[in-house]
Amino acid sequence: MSQQSLTTTPAGAQGAGGGGALPRGSRLGAEKLFRGLATAAGSTVLVIIVAIAAFLIVQAVPALRADSENFFTFQSWFANDDPPKFGIAAIAFGTVLTSALALIMAVPVALGIALCLTHYAHRRVASTLGFFIDLLAAVPSVVFGLWGRDYFRGPVGDFSKFLHDHFGWIPLFGGGGPYGNSILLGSIVLAIMVLPIVTSLSREVFAQTPAQNEEAALALGATKWEMIRTAVLPYGKPGIIASVMLGLGRALGETIALALTLGAVYNVSFDLLGTGGNTIAANIALKFAEANPTGRSALIASGLVLFAITLVVNMTARAIVYRRREFVGGAA
Amino acid sequence: MAKRIEAVNVSAYYGSFRAIDNITMTIEPKSVTALIGPSGCGKSTFLRSINRMHEVLPGAKVDGQLMIDGQNIYDRDIDVTAVRRTIGMVFQRPNPFPTMSIYDNVVAGLKLNGVRRKAALDDACEKALRGANLWNEVKDRLNRPGAGLSGGQQQRLCIARAIAVEPQVVLMDEPCSALDPISTLAIEDLIAELKNQYTIVIVTHNMQQAARVSDRTGFFSIDSTGEPGRLIEYDDTAKIFTNPSVKRTEDYITGRFG
Repeated sequence: MSQQSLTTTPAGAQGAGGGGALPRGSRLGAEKLFRGLATAAGSTVLVIIVAIAAFLIVQAVPALRADSENFFTFQSWFANDDPPKFGIAAIAFGTVLTSALALIMAVPVALGIALCLTHYAHRRVASTLGFFIDLLAAVPSVVFGLWGRDYFRGPVGDFSKFLHDHFGWIPLFGGGGPYGNSILLGSIVLAIMVLPIVTSLSREVFAQTPAQNEEAALALGATKWEMIRTAVLPYGKPGIIASVMLGLGRALGETIALALTLGAVYNVSFDLLGTGGNTIAANIALKFAEANPTGRSALIASGLVLFAITLVVNMTARAIVYRRREFVGGAA
Repeated sequence: MAKRIEAVNVSAYYGSFRAIDNITMTIEPKSVTALIGPSGCGKSTFLRSINRMHEVLPGAKVDGQLMIDGQNIYDRDIDVTAVRRTIGMVFQRPNPFPTMSIYDNVVAGLKLNGVRRKAALDDACEKALRGANLWNEVKDRLNRPGAGLSGGQQQRLCIARAIAVEPQVVLMDEPCSALDPISTLAIEDLIAELKNQYTIVIVTHNMQQAARVSDRTGFFSIDSTGEPGRLIEYDDTAKIFTNPSVKRTEDYITGRFG
């Protein structure tokens, strides 16, 4: 290579290693542009969240001012009346109760399915079963709602009667019917809807357990279940929490399926069997069409509460995961 | 506290591929036996068949007899978890349980065996960590994550975990290949101490290491890729490294391996 070519050949003509003089920052423009784009995309999330919160607050204030009852403790919803009387107590309680019940039913089954898929089932069986789980996740919620109301209500009613006859002394099962749309029906349908989400996420988590940790447990003389308890579950804990929280997110926000399967009754009650149950989202769906301006504002106020509940739930989950971070290699 | 291992016509398969063919060898108690040989010669596979870890992989199986003090561990009614408790294992990469503290890592095997009493666990933890020459380095931070230790410390933690259940045999699958020379030296010193109590089988790629730590050495090799690994020569380490009786062994240890 002659001295001449060193000074005159443009950068890039000599291979990426660059035999010539160092080029002057020609690629930095694209670098800056990309960094700008990525930062902008990241900020969008914040902007959207803040915009939604602001919208909810601004729209909710007029109804909250006009409310003639205590918004937080009043159980009924007469937001179209003059003066308007409405409170979040019953529907917020119903939201949390149905979601909690759905998770209690869905999470053990979902974790069981996920462990079966990753550690017990034959590979071909596992992929077929996994396909059906994903299919379950793809069923629209209105279909679940219709199925729950028109088909599943009968069997759940019979089951409710059985529970009441044999375990009626437990307050939860004290309701003496009639057995129609109930918290039990709604939360079972909700559990079925949450199941595929928790299953597919925790399946991913379990499948990522390092083989060397599983082998370490087996080499200590662990049975398969002991190996899962020693290596798989602790390693997957942050992921399990995350998947449960995503499931809870779906459960809290689920609207149409619960509007179709709950009783739309406004009271705070632990009676799971009798006609009853309502949630914030279902209430919005059922009341929005007939709402006057104040009624609409009141519904938005209830949406603000749902927003806050979801936020608290997510932050709690983060805190739990964060507290254990040094024990999972700082990756969580 | 140490048992004799007799392999009789042991063959191991991955699906239909035969990885080792008819290995027969006797490993004496309270000795260190090194298994050396080129990559893919089946020495790790053989090691993993000694505590029935080979069959953990899908499609893997073992033929033949493997006697521990006269009892075939591949007999149908043998409890595989008991086999693995009797024959501990240390892996190539340090693999402490990432979610557990140093203490919990060491006593993990004991807890699996139903030991719950705090005092018993404390004693066993200290004994195992002292046995693994790690006690002085970690005694003040037993509740810290095991994964926070250096690579060499992690490997000694894994050795402590393996010996905490007081096995008869300790298998080591290239235990130093992920470690720096200082840590390697620490592990080799430890092996020399451990052999007073345990039967030790170590797979290593490092021939100097085999020469330093072992009493007996087995040389494994394959004829060509796709062929099963065979035990070519098995003798006292001193003899293998100074005056091997098979030409292929000599070629391998002198670096003329082809």
